[in-house]
Amino acid sequence: MTDVAYIDRPNRPLYVYAIFYLAFLYIPVMFLPLFSFNDNIYITFPLKGFTIQWYVAMFKDQPMWAALNNSLRVGCVSSAIATLLGLFVAKAVTRYRIPGVKPIIFVIMLPMVVPLIIMGVALLILVTRLGFNLSLYTITMAHVLISVPFAMATLISRFEGFDPSMEEASSDLGAGPWSTFWRVTLPMVAPGVLASFLLCFTISFDDFIMAFFLGGTDPTLPIFIWGQLRFPFRLPGVLALGSLILIISFVVVFISLWLRRWGVEDTQSGI
Amino acid sequence: MTNNDAFVSLADVSKHFGSVVAVDHLSFTINSGEFFSLLGPSGCGKTTVLRMLGGFESPTTGEVYIDGVPMSEVPPHHRPTNMVFQNYAIFPHLNVRANIAYGLRYDKIEKAEVARRVEEALEMVKLPGFGKRRSNELSGGQRQRVALARALIKRPKVLLLDEPLGALDKKLREEMQLELRALQESVGITFIFVTHDQEEALTLSSRIAVMARGKALQVASPKDLYNHPVSVEVADFIGQMNFVKAQVMDVRNGEALLDTAGLGKITTSASSDFVRKGAAIIVAIRPEKLLLSAERGSDGRASVQGTIKTSTYLGDRNHIYVSVDGCEKPLAVATPEAQASGEKPLDRESTVWLSWADNALILLPHD
Repeated sequence: MTDVAYIDRPNRPLYVYAIFYLAFLYIPVMFLPLFSFNDNIYITFPLKGFTIQWYVAMFKDQPMWAALNNSLRVGCVSSAIATLLGLFVAKAVTRYRIPGVKPIIFVIMLPMVVPLIIMGVALLILVTRLGFNLSLYTITMAHVLISVPFAMATLISRFEGFDPSMEEASSDLGAGPWSTFWRVTLPMVAPGVLASFLLCFTISFDDFIMAFFLGGTDPTLPIFIWGQLRFPFRLPGVLALGSLILIISFVVVFISLWLRRWGVEDTQSGI
Repeated sequence: MTNNDAFVSLADVSKHFGSVVAVDHLSFTINSGEFFSLLGPSGCGKTTVLRMLGGFESPTTGEVYIDGVPMSEVPPHHRPTNMVFQNYAIFPHLNVRANIAYGLRYDKIEKAEVARRVEEALEMVKLPGFGKRRSNELSGGQRQRVALARALIKRPKVLLLDEPLGALDKKLREEMQLELRALQESVGITFIFVTHDQEEALTLSSRIAVMARGKALQVASPKDLYNHPVSVEVADFIGQMNFVKAQVMDVRNGEALLDTAGLGKITTSASSDFVRKGAAIIVAIRPEKLLLSAERGSDGRASVQGTIKTSTYLGDRNHIYVSVDGCEKPLAVATPEAQASGEKPLDRESTVWLSWADNALILLPHD
């Protein structure tokens, strides 16, 4: 007999499984930062020595900065639009009685499961038929399309987490619809808005397929990186850049997940 | 309008949600300065009525008037009403002071005056010094007070309260009932109060509308409701009541001769229309109006013999259930606690006599 409760007893096979699982997930990714500090133009073992020259080179790379700038602009604009649209949808489906709301949500959510490559081809055909030039604008529109479902999902759950009587109380106290939106609705859903923005931003920032099909002469960062891979001497610089993006992405996703939870219990505590 | 005192009135108001009729051709008036309660079981439409007064639902048909003005085109933020919500709806992102001052922005009041009135409101609800707290740092009773202060600071013509005491424990609820009543008397604002707790309604209200199935069964003062209910349903809902079936044998000079199922033949004064010769009616009597004795009374009062079945101990009194031949259910008799534990214990199955005063009987239509 042991004093340790069954649930607290160590389970060795489970530990081993967990370690393998994490290794499988993260070891490939860890090669990026590892080789980005390696003092060798070729990506091979054994490691030669520590250097930060690739980072220095990267910071001097003007086309890279231009591509990053493009990506940031497309990301900010598309996630702002997607979040705004998601906000309206979330408010509508949670606050008003709309006939057929379930099928409507289903249709809006559908792009989530349509393969991006199909979507990319379809959009390319549409955009060229309509006579638009391929540019950062077309990429931005495509990014809005693929990130709206995520914005909606995030914001609907946030709206469902707060009591409609808050908005009623506001209008009862004399606030018109706009005033209520600014003074009550928006502050209450603010964490959800921020989470949605960050999520949409990562989707846009990550996207290669849409940018590949719908991009013009200005590359976004993923397109730029892909272009660099043709030149072996450029590869370490890409690794350095990749490592930086990796860190920033992790931070952003963590913040957005944390924001999704944060504050919900605050508004639900009720009595 | 016919009634000059009418301050709030519902004129033939109905509200349908799809195929569900929540409020069904409801009409009543509320006078200025009243403490008016809407009482009924859940789903009777009382909250819907309150929400129509506040402007959160619009009547399907009919019209709501406040101070003579028809309200159907007036949105909530322009109505002279304020509401205390069931869950209080305290804004969690604002502190107590900002919550209470929330509505004053729309009244175009100077900053200094706002600050003064917020302090005054905090004093009024006995929360001085709580201005900087957040809603999650407040207890249920404190939230309730903040919600009250936030609504009253707007100086509404009508304050709407949606079961505001429902979430509080019994002791705090009783305390708040007294405070609420005192507050209403001091501010003189018309209060419209929704509750399913008949005791609470009786304690607080100047008048009560008893509701069921979207209709008002009776609108009357607490005393009238208790002593002169108009139907079996109202009588059953307000307090405890014994019901006995009866047949009207004869009506003469305002006196009716009844043949009751269990209480024998009774003569009692009757003025209502439904007491006609040959009609089936219901005779109702409160447990505390029945007197229990071991022997037949000699004072000439009507009495009947029965057998004790069970008793319930209620602290300050007992309810003894006496089965009487002919009655469907045993009759509840309220006795003071002392009597039950007194010199002569009343055993089960012992034979007792029940008697009552002539004016204790309430005649109700059979429904």
